[in-house]
Amino acid sequence: MSPRPGFVLNVDKSYPGTLFWHGEGFRLEKLPEGSRVLYPPEAMPALRDPVAAIDQALDYPVGESEPLSALLRPGMKLTIAFDDVSLPLPPMEAPDARSLVIERVLERAARAGVEDVVLIAALALHRRMTESELRHALGDRVFDAFNPRGLLLQHDAEDPDGLTYLGKTAHGEDVEISRRAAESDLIVYVNINLVSMDGGHKSVATGLSSYKSLRHHHNVETMVHSRSFMDMHHSELHSSNWRMGRVIAESGIKIFQIETTLNTNTFPKAFSFLQKREWEWSLKDRVAFLSASKSLEVTPPWLARNIFSSIRSPYGLTGVNAGEVEAVHAGTLKNVYKQQLVQVEGQSDILTMGLPFVGPYNVNSIMNPILVYCLGLGYFFNMYKGQPLVREGGVLIMSHPTRPEFDPVFHPSYIDFWENVLTQTRDPKEIEARFERDFAEDPWYIHLYRTGHAYHGVHPFYMWYWGAHALEHLGAVIILGGDAKAARRLGFMAASTMNDALEMASQYVGVNPSITHLHSPPLVMAEVL
Amino acid sequence: MIAEKLAGKTFFVTGGTGFLGTALAERILAAIPDSKLVLLVRPGRRSSAMDRAWREVVNNDAFGPLKERLGNDFEPQMRARVSAVAGDVSKNALGLDEAGLAALAGADFVVHSAATVSFDSPLPSAVSVNLLGPSNVASAIKLACATAGIDPAGKHFISVSTSYVAGYRRGLAPERLLRETRFSPIPSIDDEVAFATELRSKMQSESREPEKLARFEKKARYDLGAAGGPLLAEKLEKIRQEWVDDRLVEIGRARAQSLGWPDAYTFTKALGEEMLARDHSDLTISIVRPSIIESSMIHPYAGWIKGFRMAEPIIVSYARGLLKEFPGVPEGILDVIPVDFVTSAILATAAAAAPEPGAIPVYQVASGSSNPLRYKRLVDLVRGWFQEHPVYDADGQPIQVPEWNFPGRGRVQRQLAGLSRNLDLVDAIARKLPLRGERAELVTDLDEKRQAVRRALSYVELYGSYAETEAIFDVTNLLGLAAQLEESDAEDFHLNPNLIDWDRFVTEIHLPSVVRHARIKTTPERKGASSRRESRQTEEILSDTFRIAVFDLENTVIASNVVDAFAWYATRDLSLGKKALFALALLAEGPNLMAVDRADRGDFLRTFYRRYSRADRAALEEGSNDLFNGYLLKKAFPKAIERIRRHRAHGHRTILITGALDFVVEPLAPLFDEVVACTMTEDARGRLTGNLDVAPPTGEARALLVEEFARAYGTTTQDAVAYADSTSDLPMLEAVGYPVAVNPEPKLLQIAKKRGWSVENWQRQQGHPPLLLPIGRSL
Repeated sequence: MSPRPGFVLNVDKSYPGTLFWHGEGFRLEKLPEGSRVLYPPEAMPALRDPVAAIDQALDYPVGESEPLSALLRPGMKLTIAFDDVSLPLPPMEAPDARSLVIERVLERAARAGVEDVVLIAALALHRRMTESELRHALGDRVFDAFNPRGLLLQHDAEDPDGLTYLGKTAHGEDVEISRRAAESDLIVYVNINLVSMDGGHKSVATGLSSYKSLRHHHNVETMVHSRSFMDMHHSELHSSNWRMGRVIAESGIKIFQIETTLNTNTFPKAFSFLQKREWEWSLKDRVAFLSASKSLEVTPPWLARNIFSSIRSPYGLTGVNAGEVEAVHAGTLKNVYKQQLVQVEGQSDILTMGLPFVGPYNVNSIMNPILVYCLGLGYFFNMYKGQPLVREGGVLIMSHPTRPEFDPVFHPSYIDFWENVLTQTRDPKEIEARFERDFAEDPWYIHLYRTGHAYHGVHPFYMWYWGAHALEHLGAVIILGGDAKAARRLGFMAASTMNDALEMASQYVGVNPSITHLHSPPLVMAEVL
Repeated sequence: MIAEKLAGKTFFVTGGTGFLGTALAERILAAIPDSKLVLLVRPGRRSSAMDRAWREVVNNDAFGPLKERLGNDFEPQMRARVSAVAGDVSKNALGLDEAGLAALAGADFVVHSAATVSFDSPLPSAVSVNLLGPSNVASAIKLACATAGIDPAGKHFISVSTSYVAGYRRGLAPERLLRETRFSPIPSIDDEVAFATELRSKMQSESREPEKLARFEKKARYDLGAAGGPLLAEKLEKIRQEWVDDRLVEIGRARAQSLGWPDAYTFTKALGEEMLARDHSDLTISIVRPSIIESSMIHPYAGWIKGFRMAEPIIVSYARGLLKEFPGVPEGILDVIPVDFVTSAILATAAAAAPEPGAIPVYQVASGSSNPLRYKRLVDLVRGWFQEHPVYDADGQPIQVPEWNFPGRGRVQRQLAGLSRNLDLVDAIARKLPLRGERAELVTDLDEKRQAVRRALSYVELYGSYAETEAIFDVTNLLGLAAQLEESDAEDFHLNPNLIDWDRFVTEIHLPSVVRHARIKTTPERKGASSRRESRQTEEILSDTFRIAVFDLENTVIASNVVDAFAWYATRDLSLGKKALFALALLAEGPNLMAVDRADRGDFLRTFYRRYSRADRAALEEGSNDLFNGYLLKKAFPKAIERIRRHRAHGHRTILITGALDFVVEPLAPLFDEVVACTMTEDARGRLTGNLDVAPPTGEARALLVEEFARAYGTTTQDAVAYADSTSDLPMLEAVGYPVAVNPEPKLLQIAKKRGWSVENWQRQQGHPPLLLPIGRSL
């Protein structure tokens, strides 16, 4: 039986209520009759033999590329770069897709007699991964083979000796990437494509680059003109990365791109109710939902966070594409859209969404208010093709506790951003002009980024820019169940119930607004006609 | 008539810087044309007699109206009319030099108003000032006149005493010398003086007995904790001095009460009068005895007051709700007199015909016999006024004033003493708890309560007898003076107590003045001056002035300690179950370790670090990054790190001084220009010996380090900032111009509050489990 496609449900009397993510917990909300709820397609069937699929992709690449084996020769310098801990979310059950692919790549390299092989985690300005995270992504065998010999690196965008400047794009954008990668005879990039933003030229041009290079597309101007950044053909972010990708190719660097796509089989058995549509919950599902949400209410947040952080998703691999970057990515996007895209007609006055406990930047950590902002206004708001789900001047209602909690190890500069930047201004342009450089060049943040596990000092700024398009577009944002003080600091309002939230929204959109709910989990992307 | 009679005369006044003296100086200069004033002033440590006279008398608010009237003429006129001579009333012949004696010889009137008004002054000082003072003035007059070759009886000496020399007397107290009225015997003045003079040295030697010193040391340790030798010694010496003074007060009060006076003040004042009459009957002397002097009714302006006097602290304590009961007889008379009535009486005495030598007329300036203010009436007025004009507490809530039941003194004393004992007990317990930062406020709040109760108790002990006094002060002589006044005197020299409208005086003049002077909160505004002061201090600290900023580590930058770091390393390679066991064992050791730490920080570090003996240094260094990112950073205070970074942004040099081991703090190094940490010696195989290279930087060593760094960076300790959390850092905090107590333990918080130091309560970032165990693991 093939999976049912996604669809738009119109709320009527018989509708049992909608499950909202609410950080480390859930809410069951009754949306007003007539509201639309976007349900994603059901999880696509997984490839029956992933290893065979990988072999197939490596040996029969797409685009203008020879098979991987033909690109490998003794005495060459080979660098295998891979996506970091920000993908996928939550982390997948072992074996991770990356470890499967890398093992197959290494096997071919060994067969071809390649001796100089280095693995690099493509961090860009993300935090360094911990040992257990690396072990999970690569598998113990690969980790133990490479790490003790110093052949497993994490990209260091602040290493003065570790970067190579490649030149400028036609638009004057600097292109600078990892020296090891630039000096390799071949870069094999191993990606996991969870959402349509990932992959393509963004993998190397962003993942292995430096602040000098990144700031050309990670800025307010670009983000406001990426509508959305999930739709690469209307995304300035991607255009810039593609220009840089071409500069990289022109400078003679050879990339063999391997992209994998996953289905939306996100939760293990205990949380199976999260995978189902509410009216199809069995008695068991209902009991599981009730006991889970009730017990979570009395669990201290840090403990609930630990519980959720231990979730490993039983994702299935839906496709592997390898070869030339652009051709590979076209195939990848097709797969991602097939899994996530739902067509919907017209915008609405209000968009509602529930925000989960994890986003790309708080794996094994705390979702602080800035990350809540970014997940809602950056990621979920941008899960559209065509036009936003909510009209200009409309209202976004997102559900999350938004506690003013921060991780001092992973997000030290976020704390300063929260205390010293957002207290002065929330305007992305002004923030960029007044504060970005100081944070980006701060030696303490650079120290923590390079030696600890901290996101780069400039990272919270990118989070703020990520939401710039939504910020410009929306009339108001209401955080359902959010901490009132934190919401105010973000420039938003907090409501304790959905009715209150709708009441507050009525000031902006009148008393009979049209409402659309972006149903998650699992991930869904709207094509708004 | 008074003004004309006294015009052009010269007044020699003692005690001019006091409440009555300043009022008198103002009246003389403002109301008597061409009068001249010579003030006897004790020179200050850094200022001359004239400087003090100018600062404390002429520049007082009392001269406001005169200043306004004279405009630009004020200063030159005052310079011409006011002079000051250095001297001390407790010294024979006032300790005057030649110029002083000449000035005294040139005076027409001598007014002695100097006294130690505090009722709880130690007996020897009360004796030397109150008892010997009047006779010292008299002998100075004789010496001055002999030097100048004039007749001493030509000067009119007016000595100010107190109505309460009557002691525990019931009924009418006449305006006559005590020898003519007293029922009980007057003790031998010479014996009392001799006894009091020896008393201090006796108490001084008693306070140096070993058992006493041991007790003082215990108390010093209780107050300061492990602050190091020199500071403890300083504190001990202070406690010893206080003990001597307390004993002297106690003995003085007991002696006075045994003879029929409520306290050493009235006792020594009474004997002072007696001695004057006994030894100086050849001089022209009048005695003026005011009762309780309070704020002025008309001159220099309504409600003028200087200093905090007897009734004010009681009224303020009552308004704050601290004083729930005060003993007193409801229908008893509280004898209060506005200060301007007293000054008028003095000047009227001067203007009246001078008495014959040896006659010594007495004028009681009191209200009780002619226009009594009943105790109950006063209490009702005060209560009513504060109900209408409540005082506000720190949270902006109005304080409800209690209703007084006029209980007996014994009951109030017992109640307060019981309360005080209970609070002492709670305090002793609370101080043993490891409270910090905002929770430490509990202890300081408690301490403030304790102080308040103690104060209330001391008011009751000291002043209770004044509210219970049953003597009524005769004012026949005073009314005689009033009768001589002419109409032209009425405005400037009112002295008839019948003119006082008590309701108006209490509610419109006195209480508003008391509240103004006490600077208590009369508006419900929440954020008080303290937080404004705090942010101003922070601004000053974070200015571009070049300076060094010194940080302690434990509980100042990171909520952790050397034990944690050790536990983390020790458990790193253990299995999970063993980790828990180890942590538990260490926890069980906690109280012992804390006790050693409290006694001496250096000893504690030396002892504890032996546990690292034979550890591999390279392995410890390798683990330090994980320790930092996996544990210490989670327990760090983001505000502290931000503060360090802000200092750097202002170009300051940042310095870390810690008892932690060098490899533990290594990952913090980029924040600091200098790091002073403990280092350990190694054996031949690169293993730690468990012994420190040099003495750990604790106590006074830190103060010395701060000085060295200040010098090395070409700045001063005055400009330096130091951040620390415990009293063991006191030497360092005291060494700098800008001490900041961070999450202070109760003892340090108390000290910081008293000295007006900045206090910061920095907290860990929210989000991690509150109890983070120091269990080692890689991230």
